[in-house]
Amino acid sequence: MALTFSTLAALIGLFWLVFILGDVVMNGIGALKLSLFFNDPVPPGVEGGGLRNAFVGQFLITLLATVIGVPIGVLGGTYLAEYGRGRTLSRIISMLSDIMVSVPSIVIGTFVYAILVKPVGHFNGWAGAVALAIIMVPVVLRTTENMLSLVPWTVREAAFALGAPYYKVIIQVVYRGAATGILTGILLSIARVTGETAPLLFTSFNNAYFTVNMKEPISSLTVSIFQYAMGPYDIWHAQAWAAAFVITMFILVLTISGRLLLRWRYKQ
Amino acid sequence: MKPAIELEVKNLDFFYNGNVHALKGISLPIQKYAVTALIGPSGCGKTTLLRCFNRMHDLYPNHRYGGEIIFEGRNILADKVDLINLRSRIGMVFQKPTPFPMSIAENIAYGLRLKGIRSKSELVDRIERALKHAALWDEVRDKLNASAYELSGGQQQRLVIARALAVEPDILLFDEPTSALDPISTAKIEELVVTLKKYVTIIIVTHNMQQAARVSDMTGFMYMGELIEYDTTEKIFTAPEKKQTDDYITGRFG
Repeated sequence: MALTFSTLAALIGLFWLVFILGDVVMNGIGALKLSLFFNDPVPPGVEGGGLRNAFVGQFLITLLATVIGVPIGVLGGTYLAEYGRGRTLSRIISMLSDIMVSVPSIVIGTFVYAILVKPVGHFNGWAGAVALAIIMVPVVLRTTENMLSLVPWTVREAAFALGAPYYKVIIQVVYRGAATGILTGILLSIARVTGETAPLLFTSFNNAYFTVNMKEPISSLTVSIFQYAMGPYDIWHAQAWAAAFVITMFILVLTISGRLLLRWRYKQ
Repeated sequence: MKPAIELEVKNLDFFYNGNVHALKGISLPIQKYAVTALIGPSGCGKTTLLRCFNRMHDLYPNHRYGGEIIFEGRNILADKVDLINLRSRIGMVFQKPTPFPMSIAENIAYGLRLKGIRSKSELVDRIERALKHAALWDEVRDKLNASAYELSGGQQQRLVIARALAVEPDILLFDEPTSALDPISTAKIEELVVTLKKYVTIIIVTHNMQQAARVSDMTGFMYMGELIEYDTTEKIFTAPEKKQTDDYITGRFG
């Protein structure tokens, strides 16, 4: 009986997953054109528009978010697992960071809106990158902490016993032992923020024109999908499907490579 | 001729966790180029004593040393001692093999680089010499760039010994180096310990009395944080002065 119900529940969950993914794949592949990647948007009615601006914008925002978020996350995780090991402060940070992971991303979006959009007077790419970075930090921080904790303490003692100062023990021995795990955490955190829409709506917003200027509103795939899907034109819908397909595949690949990396590490 | 003394332990006390009195008034001379074994039942303080020699306790809070350990005319328990330099002079091998997550060659180069050796040819020379000293060269010469984790437990332990030897320490501390190994690997490590005393002074903590009898020249028997008896290994195992020592080595307790 219990088996029947739980199997049924799993099947229902799986059904929707397959349904959504299948829908994205079928509608997306059909709408996929090279012009999507190489052309900028054109007014409705004109042929041959694309989402080049959104691809470039998405890339820039994610790249900047990674550049800001990863060092903070890795260094913070290092503090928790090494210097702050067992201290009350690090336990508090760990707990807050777990809470941060589950804070709705729209809350982070509005927060960044208040500190980086409102004072400047207009939406801008930097604000988008900062919002995504804030979402990345707790993910990277906790994985780093966990992966560093997996490196046996005796290995650190052995490095100390050779006359290594602590920072060299961490950088040259502990990081090497935890590298694949930390990299996996970084990949998964990038996958996580690539799908975010809400925080970008409040920060980088959108831009119908191609730009690489992060001080201006800048287009991103997720926000473009949101706006095109809501729009009245079939051509917009088709482009939204195609963009949704591309972004889904990108996240899928990132997630799978993260998992593979982790599995490869534990085989060693 | 009186043997030269490498380390002189004088009235050593050690406290951890604030006030747990783990070592009580220990005094003993450690002979140069000899193997000194520390034996005793679990919790007697033999590992704690060993970890005083390279100040390993300093990694953890709430500890206190009393007394002195004289090395080259200076008290290594003094506050201003440079621990990095001290640990490069007094190496340590642990109970479980502790290879670093890198290649076999890199493992040995690690300590050498810490000492500031950068020249590629010197590194290569010293890696080979260290592996030969640790009787591992023939087994790994064709796979120096393989991960150290690919080695067996016994090979890993000899790699760790090679790594410790590479920096040319004066003293090598062994903390139950064979307790995680099979009998064949154990025999190899024991043989190695005996040959190594040509180059370094060795202090070995062991649970295994036969091992102490086989490899050491001097033996100290410890019980409840005190050094009960310290003499030549032969004397300790054949005609100990103290009854507690006799009881322990004949297996009546511990």
